[in-house]
Amino acid sequence: MEVVQMQRRFVEYAASLFREGFLDGQFTQLQQLQDESNPDFVVEVVSLFFEDSEKLLNDLSRALDQQNVDFKRVDSHVHQLKGSSSSIGAQRVKNACIAFRNYCEEQNTDACLSCLQQVKQEYSLVKSKLETLFRVSARSLLLKDKTNLESGFQTSFSKSDC
Amino acid sequence: MATESQFHVLAVDDSLIDRKLIEKLLKNSSYQVTTVDSGSKALEFLGLHENDPNTPSVSPNSHQEVEVNLIITDYCMPGMTGYDLLKKIKESSSLRNIPVVIMSSENVPSRITRCLEEGAEEFFLKPVQISDVNRLKPHMMKAKNKDQQQENQEKQEKQDEESEETEKSEPGSQQPQQQHQQQQQQQQQSNNNKRKAIEEGLSPDRTRPRYSGLTVV
Repeated sequence: MEVVQMQRRFVEYAASLFREGFLDGQFTQLQQLQDESNPDFVVEVVSLFFEDSEKLLNDLSRALDQQNVDFKRVDSHVHQLKGSSSSIGAQRVKNACIAFRNYCEEQNTDACLSCLQQVKQEYSLVKSKLETLFRVSARSLLLKDKTNLESGFQTSFSKSDC
Repeated sequence: MATESQFHVLAVDDSLIDRKLIEKLLKNSSYQVTTVDSGSKALEFLGLHENDPNTPSVSPNSHQEVEVNLIITDYCMPGMTGYDLLKKIKESSSLRNIPVVIMSSENVPSRITRCLEEGAEEFFLKPVQISDVNRLKPHMMKAKNKDQQQENQEKQEKQDEESEETEKSEPGSQQPQQQHQQQQQQQQQSNNNKRKAIEEGLSPDRTRPRYSGLTVV
């Protein structure tokens, strides 16, 4: 019973992330790609995204802090962040990046700084939500494995529909 | 060849995340995958040296050390873009028969047209989907068949020469003709697909224009 509750919690939490626009269909694609040969695929890719994003956000802060802002450079960083957020399905981060790029084109420092704040906020939100999602998932898997061992029953969990 | 050998895809992308993604997509389709992070590394892998574009180090029938059946590359890369890489491949007598697919996060119709005109088989919008990867096999099969047909044709011509000498008339020239017709049909069909792809991309009711042909969302 506990397993079912945990699984339901996972499914509901994931569903809320989609509903609130934090995640889009691309995240589902990631889940669909995961299989027994690489059971940590989603976590691995998302971890790469965290690493990559943190570096890019630092680079952006620095670039916008210059006397003479190099907007080409700023745009290049935002382009990268837009790409990676799109690749993992972090929809709100991606959208914030799209807005950001428009202001890069206009070479508007103040607007860019404001966009950077926005992107940082969205990133921080999706990061904490994904971390929660992975925690809930791990817990339910552990519980499932424990129950499976006890009852000798096997199911595949990786391709859950969210 | 008793066992079916796997197709080998070379994926080129400067983004680590995207490389990981495309690798998984391709491996899930049972392809052998090699990933590199730049166009120049791709050319190196393919045995072509940038500085010497006129060095066909291999014959047209491809005796490369590693056989590559398809190249899939990102468009926007620092240094050599995916388009530059495409051009270099099509200019090389040893590599031009390898099908090339371009990926891009940006939906720019002129860019897409330019790539298709330069000889790219498909243009995928990122993030690349499982349904996109499902479109790759026909291109690899076609290239393999083409090589096979070339071999057969050469063999057939040789046989015809020999049979002429022995004054024996044979309807042996039927086969290459049929294959040639098939090839023409396939070429026409793929051209139609490309045209449809561009038209489809401009329709307003699609949330994401896709320039990869008949994908149904």
